[in-house]
Amino acid sequence: MAVQTLPLAKALNESLRKALETDPKVVIMGLDVGKLGGVFRITDGLQKDFGEDRVIDTPLAESGIVGTAIGLALRGYRPVVEIQFDGFVFPAYDQIVTQLAKMRARSLGAVKVPVVIRIPYGGGIGAVEHHSESPESLFAHVAGLKVVTPATPSDAYWMLQQAIQSDDPVIFFEPKRRYWDKGEVDTDAIPGELHKARVAREGTDLTLVAYGPMVKTCLEVAAAAAEEGKSLEVVDLRSISPLDFDTIQASVEKTRRLVVVHEAPVFFGSGAEIAARITERCFYHLEAPVLRVGGYHAPYPPARLEEEYLPGLDRVLDAVDRALAY
Amino acid sequence: MTVESTAARKPRRSAGTKRTSAGSTPDTAGAGPELVQLLTPEGKRVKNADYDKYVADVTPDELRGLYRDMVLTRRFDAEATSLQRQGELGLWASLLGQEAAQIGSGRALRDDDYVFPTYREHGVAWCRGVDPTNLLGMFRGVNNGGWDPNSNNFHLYTIVLGSQTLHATGYAMGVSKDGADSAVLAYFGDGASSQGDVNESFVFSAVYNAPVVFFCQNNQWAISEPIEKQTRVPLYQRARGFGFPGVRVDGNDVLACLAVTRAALERARHGEGPTLVEAFTYRMAAHTTSDDPTRYRRDAEREEWEAKDPILRLRAYLENEGHADAAFFEELETESEALGKHVREVVRAMPVPEHMAIFDNVYADGHALVDEERAQFAAYQASFTGGEAE
Repeated sequence: MAVQTLPLAKALNESLRKALETDPKVVIMGLDVGKLGGVFRITDGLQKDFGEDRVIDTPLAESGIVGTAIGLALRGYRPVVEIQFDGFVFPAYDQIVTQLAKMRARSLGAVKVPVVIRIPYGGGIGAVEHHSESPESLFAHVAGLKVVTPATPSDAYWMLQQAIQSDDPVIFFEPKRRYWDKGEVDTDAIPGELHKARVAREGTDLTLVAYGPMVKTCLEVAAAAAEEGKSLEVVDLRSISPLDFDTIQASVEKTRRLVVVHEAPVFFGSGAEIAARITERCFYHLEAPVLRVGGYHAPYPPARLEEEYLPGLDRVLDAVDRALAY
Repeated sequence: MTVESTAARKPRRSAGTKRTSAGSTPDTAGAGPELVQLLTPEGKRVKNADYDKYVADVTPDELRGLYRDMVLTRRFDAEATSLQRQGELGLWASLLGQEAAQIGSGRALRDDDYVFPTYREHGVAWCRGVDPTNLLGMFRGVNNGGWDPNSNNFHLYTIVLGSQTLHATGYAMGVSKDGADSAVLAYFGDGASSQGDVNESFVFSAVYNAPVVFFCQNNQWAISEPIEKQTRVPLYQRARGFGFPGVRVDGNDVLACLAVTRAALERARHGEGPTLVEAFTYRMAAHTTSDDPTRYRRDAEREEWEAKDPILRLRAYLENEGHADAAFFEELETESEALGKHVREVVRAMPVPEHMAIFDNVYADGHALVDEERAQFAAYQASFTGGEAE
């Protein structure tokens, strides 16, 4: 049964199961990943089938989880770490930035530290403080790390496989509000490149670049715009570091307009990097400045206000209109 | 009994462990009678019912070996300090005074054991067979580590305080998974003992019963901050709260450090979990060559510790016992000078890496941005007459 229709969460679960089956050096570590199966059930049933030695409930200390994962990697293991929520990664930030990211370069290539850090991220689920954030730029800024984020169940399955097989540390951001969205997963497929962007919808008038949870939003925007006679192309970035500028460039050379959409705050967000580089690459093609839609420079708001903070259909359409008005 | 264990919680009456109430002076400075010591500062061998057996097999030849290790390590360290003063190194972190703690613990290791050092474990590196000149690359500014950790089972120096104790714990968890009987030795200092990572490594290693020994060199000073700024109890006593034994050893007594570390490593190998060793010692030099200890500590304090010098102590013992003659010390002096000369020559000839090395080994599987920036930089360099920017 190669092609299945699965929720994104289940696709991740199947991917972890496959990794545990295929490579005896893969271990899963994190809070509540064992009996409970993780707070989002991504590791559901894995400890039962693979044992406490491979699916490890850890003490409640994120720096400890990542720090010991580094040690296990140095011993030849491939730890896949779960951070319970985006806002809880910061106790481990020191280990990730000062140790994990630099270990290979410091050793002049003598060691590798293939640690995958899975982080459910983003808002839209009505959660309490520290459970809805999008810190991807804080990791993309660090050399030595790779940062990826799937938007579909198929990418969730395959990108996690590829992240685990990578000899580099990978920060794997999971769009938590899309965990329950279903899609087809072909577990026999030949996957594309991990760090290549995907044109999720073709169009001619303007390019929307998004990733993770905002891909679905942008596809809805494109559908709405189509009703108004505007043809929008949607690029699903998939990988934030490295970032596939070639695919964006090719799209912008065609559409001549670009709007970047992410949940993370606009200020110093990935949209800023994309705007700068695409302006450099496509200066003579652009009909309008690159616009960005994202979170505000304010703490992530309480749940009753999050729909105002997050880019939604109307806010993205507003930016599309402004870009088209140039 | 000097090893604390959770199983045996006897009331203690020794001065070093008496309880202190909040507001009183913390009892962290006095070495106290709980200190494991096999050689007095005068070089007299004292019996210890718990630890004698761990060094019963040490031959006079091996004792001379420990002495040689300490002398050569000190010589190397002095050479590195001089090289910094001459402008050949940007910085040096001297281990002066800590030779016994490092050589004693380092010589307790088996080849298959693994070490996670701070940035001051030059003596341990020596025991592991790491070429001492390799340690100087990062201080000269030609690399940020620069040796293969797996060649000698000696991890890279770690500058962020305490980070490596978690790596050691994770590595030890892997040793357990592999069913091996190797042990892991993690070094840190009194300052790092306040770090979250060190405390988290105690939690993780206890919970997973990991075969790791935490070797804390309490050298009394974290740059300018005395031990009283880090703790209100002797550091070794912290282990009890985490559920494993802690022991304080005279860090200037190489024989005691060897014995205590051997005992702790043996526990780890036999599945008995972690041990915290607090080696009570003294940082005789400045924190680094950039530091000025006259701003925060008295000369008299250093003089007190000079009387407990680890090398003089073993020399006195060797001489008293007739284990070493004048020829041995003379030969060692010659060897020591030769090492200094070798270090000078190697360091001065150490090549600056090619400019493009900036982009090497950032990733194992490559990265498009690194490739792009490497190409841009190469083109920029090539744009100058003669092919390279000054």
